Amino acid sequence: MLDELIADGFDYIICDSPAGIEKGAHLAMYFADRAIVVVNPEVSSVRDSDRILGLLASKTQRAANGHGGVQEHLLLTRYSPRRVAAGEMMSVDDVKEILGVEVIGVIPESPDVLSASNAGIPVILKEDSDAARAYEDAVARLLGESVPLRFLEEPKKGLLARLFGG
Amino acid sequence: MGLLALFRRTPSSAQVAKERLRIIVAQERGTRGGPDYLPLLRRELLEVIRRYVNVDPEAVQITVGREDGHEVLELTVALPEKKAG
Repeated sequence: MLDELIADGFDYIICDSPAGIEKGAHLAMYFADRAIVVVNPEVSSVRDSDRILGLLASKTQRAANGHGGVQEHLLLTRYSPRRVAAGEMMSVDDVKEILGVEVIGVIPESPDVLSASNAGIPVILKEDSDAARAYEDAVARLLGESVPLRFLEEPKKGLLARLFGG
Repeated sequence: MGLLALFRRTPSSAQVAKERLRIIVAQERGTRGGPDYLPLLRRELLEVIRRYVNVDPEAVQITVGREDGHEVLELTVALPEKKAG
């Protein structure tokens, strides 16, 4: 299957893995060169990500052949800068420190994600969406570009927005 | 957040989450792939400590964590409270 896709001329083949650490995840990761572990800044999610990282280091073809394992990236989703600032959510640095893996992108929590999913349209195609721009940045980084992380700070509110309880 | 955290007496829920994760992750890494000698190390340390202090077997926690790229072996011993008088 992968050979056919390569013969078709694809440079990148992205294999989505079902949520959870079961057969689907094993199948998706086995032939991988790189892995993007999608994680929410939440205890159970970070814990599961750590397990997956353990499996990536041991249960893949690259690991079995001694090719030094799979290149790992973290994609942090549902990130709320406001809650991070309030101490209610772990920060990018917290998650990075616990898992010890470089972060390829941080997607801010956004209603656009659910509405795009409802409509069956990839959120990245949506204009004027922070989440879409953050996904674009993550893709650029995956392709080797150096793009600074953004949407990590709460947007500054103007005086009027403050006055009117925005 | 930095300054606020200094004045805050109880840790924020994010800090609690991070601390919980540190423990969980270290324990899981300890049992998986990590050094096999940990349980034995724990038992022997406990024996030594018990020669001096009468601690509970559960009072000794050994975790292997990661900090700045180094592996850190952390040993925590909860000493029993001293009886009054």
